[in-house]
Amino acid sequence: MPVVTTSAGKPATWRLRTGPQQLAVWFGWLALVALTVFCWRIMTADTIWAFVEDAPRQAADIFGRMLPPRWSYANNLWLPLWDTLNIATLGTGLAILLGTPLAFLAARNTTPSVLFVRPIALLIIVSSRSINSLIWGLLLVAVLGPGVFAGILAIALRSIGFIGKLLYEAIEEIDESQVEAVRATGASPAQVMTYGMVPQLLPAFATICVFRWDINIRESTVLGLVGAGGLGLALEASLNVLAWPQVTVILLMILATVVLSEWITARVRAAII
Amino acid sequence: MDAETLPANAVPRTWRPPRMIETAWVRWAVVVGVLVYFVLAFGSVEVNWTRVVEGLSRAGRLFAGFLTPDFVSRWEDIQIGMIESLTMTVTATVAGIALSIPVALGAARNIAPLWLYGLCRAIIALSRTFQEVIIAIFFVAMFGFGPLAGFLTLSVATVGFLAKLLADDIEEIDPVQVEAIRASGASFWQVIDYAVSSQVMPRLIGLSIYRVDINFRESAVVGIVGAGGIGATLNTALDRYEFDSAAAILILIIAIVMACEYFSSFIRKWTQ
Repeated sequence: MPVVTTSAGKPATWRLRTGPQQLAVWFGWLALVALTVFCWRIMTADTIWAFVEDAPRQAADIFGRMLPPRWSYANNLWLPLWDTLNIATLGTGLAILLGTPLAFLAARNTTPSVLFVRPIALLIIVSSRSINSLIWGLLLVAVLGPGVFAGILAIALRSIGFIGKLLYEAIEEIDESQVEAVRATGASPAQVMTYGMVPQLLPAFATICVFRWDINIRESTVLGLVGAGGLGLALEASLNVLAWPQVTVILLMILATVVLSEWITARVRAAII
Repeated sequence: MDAETLPANAVPRTWRPPRMIETAWVRWAVVVGVLVYFVLAFGSVEVNWTRVVEGLSRAGRLFAGFLTPDFVSRWEDIQIGMIESLTMTVTATVAGIALSIPVALGAARNIAPLWLYGLCRAIIALSRTFQEVIIAIFFVAMFGFGPLAGFLTLSVATVGFLAKLLADDIEEIDPVQVEAIRASGASFWQVIDYAVSSQVMPRLIGLSIYRVDINFRESAVVGIVGAGGIGATLNTALDRYEFDSAAAILILIIAIVMACEYFSSFIRKWTQ
């Protein structure tokens, strides 16, 4: 096998990076490890390690209590389940109604004013996205009192940002030549919107809405933990009285709901694409 | 107008966009079904309007809190919560990525044998099924209150998210490069190192940075069930109706998430 040698007589092996690059990467890794260890130390400063050592026994204890599930409890869950579905669906619907105009205000090519309207729309989108629906739920329960209504609004407030962001990105990526062509026929702005933009956006729009509905089903199952109605409310009640066999039934119910919603989502997406 | 009465060479004068659902009765069934659902759903949602009207003044106070956030009076608690949240985010993201890379390799059908593929896909499905909060409830029950339970929760959630997306990405890599490296006599790990990792690395970095963002947001949630972090502080502030402190916490969360997003778009541009 021929070996390429350098002038110093050493064999030249191929390397991905030069020496300084290699060193920089190495220092990057060192910094990451140092940061992680540092954070770990701060985080676990107050940890009671006796509890951690005890964890396997606790886990065995909990799972022992969870089995067998109390199946008869499932009959109490149909109403919470209906509430959960309503929270997710009505919340998504409200978010679509509010998020779609917001997306058109935020997209660079449809916004009435890049300087004034667009930053405000983007700020609304990022604020809505930054705060989890459970936190929105916490806020709304404090304001409106517990109930399904607070849950619907919590889901809607979180979803506005999601739908707004994905939709405005889709709007910014549309093919301008089609819009141009429709405008060239003398169409009014509303007609340009209906015939030039909407047909291009509909598949993305439908996918976004169905995707968010699927996420919302998952989120609405736990919104009750903060008092916003649905299956989470039953979960909270069962946890508070340490009724672990009921918790198992609720978790299985949540699992079934999530699997069903994923199946529906997959079917709808297959139909769209 | 009836098409059959027209001469053969006539062009229709009006154009109608094609319908989304071609069959008329299916279209009407969908419309009626949706309407019936909305009637039933709205009928079952009970809104206590007197309570809502009472709440409006509180909503006003909350909104006023956003305009005059109070960072000072609860600063100690906010600081502790934020430090817990941030450290939890960093450690959980690193641990989650470290765990999800082997799981992702195992869950890619073009690399792993069938038994390992099934096992790893099962791990992913298990960690994706339940919301972070539910996992957190169990970890709090096992490991006691505090950020360690939150760390474990976020790590599990990161594995479910990252391993799935990464595995899907590995399954879509260009097999020609793998073939070429293998043809040069490379071992299994050399194939992973030179043919697989180089193709998925940009995506892995992008997803990891994105996950930092998500983990921070989730760290604010797991505190509600006692797993440490800023969520506990926020929950306390809201329970006491201290809306100005709550607004301060929310503003901090939004600011950090925005900073993360800015940073991540910067890094993604740099890696591509």
